Amino acid sequence: MSLQATTWQTVGPFFRIGLERLFDADIAGVGVEGERVAVAGRVLDGDGLPIRDAVLEIWQANAAGKYAHPADTQDKPLEAGFKGFGRIPTQDDGTFRFTTIKPGTVPGPNGTTQAPHLVVGLLMRGLLRGLVTRAYFPDERLNSSDPILGLIEPSRRATLIMTPSSEHANLLHWEIRMQGEAETVFLEF
Amino acid sequence: MAIDPAGAWGLKGAALSISNYRKPFLGTQPEFLHTPYASSIKRAPQKPLVAIPQTLSEVTGPLFDRDAQHAAECNLTRSATGGEAQGQRIAVSGRVLDENGRPVPHTLVEVWQANAAGRYLHRYDQHDAPLDPNFTGDGYTMTDELGRYRFVTIRPGCYPWGNHYNAWRPAHIHFSLFGPAMATRLVTQMYFPGDPMLPFDPIFNCTTDEKARNRLISQFDWETTIPGSTIGHKFDFILRGADATPMEDAHHQD
Ligand SMILES: [Fe+3]
Repeated sequence: MSLQATTWQTVGPFFRIGLERLFDADIAGVGVEGERVAVAGRVLDGDGLPIRDAVLEIWQANAAGKYAHPADTQDKPLEAGFKGFGRIPTQDDGTFRFTTIKPGTVPGPNGTTQAPHLVVGLLMRGLLRGLVTRAYFPDERLNSSDPILGLIEPSRRATLIMTPSSEHANLLHWEIRMQGEAETVFLEF
Repeated sequence: MAIDPAGAWGLKGAALSISNYRKPFLGTQPEFLHTPYASSIKRAPQKPLVAIPQTLSEVTGPLFDRDAQHAAECNLTRSATGGEAQGQRIAVSGRVLDENGRPVPHTLVEVWQANAAGRYLHRYDQHDAPLDPNFTGDGYTMTDELGRYRFVTIRPGCYPWGNHYNAWRPAHIHFSLFGPAMATRLVTQMYFPGDPMLPFDPIFNCTTDEKARNRLISQFDWETTIPGSTIGHKFDFILRGADATPMEDAHHQD
């Protein structure tokens, strides 16, 4: 039997009504192992204007590099309190902020190792289907051998790598640009 | 570095294998830029998406605690104070299946909608129509072990919007589903049969495949209809299905 996946439709401007119950800007969970980081940024449209009606969905592995999911059969520890998922709306000024821990490495295709990364789903009014991108960590040695970053034109890779903040240790910046010269790389799979 | 984007891949020496979720059939999903939908013009990506192989990061995703999320009956028609929402009561039910026809059990289904007058309980909604003190328009439920879901609500009204002159959205209910993986995420809208606004709606019409589009229209259903109280509508969701069985499971047939 072969059915066809249901057609996507935009989340529209009023998603807060239905999605707010799971708004959560703490991705890792309380008391979880790992290096704590805060991520702050903005979502910008083709005119560089802030997008106030977007929502980010973050998915990540724990510090050991294990996802809280049965398809992850790696022999690695998984704390009971680890979630690895959070949903964050942008504010009126297009900003978002969340806290988490830096994930460990997870396997990639053909025996490769993926650099620590967050999977980022993006929904907003104006997007007829969801977008997915990734956020990688700055100064991470494994970024240069990451099998997914390696598929991206070198000049565009920086759009997926968060930048350290000059003000605070453990604060990372990341802007999502929908269009333009520095358009964020979006992924399909 | 050799990437094998086509098939399932395994990790040498470790018991990890994954199978890929299928790509959409041609024309059955919207393109990002659909100029009749004005909001897409400054927000649709302009550069092509980068195709990547599915990894553990894409074939896993959040699973929600079924006890914490379970709503015995998802009923949007009753307010917290026991008041009754205005409007035509409807029941919407159906199944969540994957493309292989298998039920997707214990998955979260989130819903939100306008009230019977076509007004959302949201500060951005400027529509000059009454709010209903007994209707918030939000709900959620989990599918059961056979992938079934059901909720009771009121039929939402059409509402005007600023997309073009005299633009009206057809009546619709918004849905958000996760399924087992990031790859199976689905956000969509369910429409009602016979709605005269459907042919003019740029959001409904953003998908080129007519059959795929029309599958977003629910069907009146006697079995879901409750005599003397509630009109029934049937609506199934199909999530992306795994294309191949995992390598370690290659001889398993079903
Ligand atoms: Fe709507």
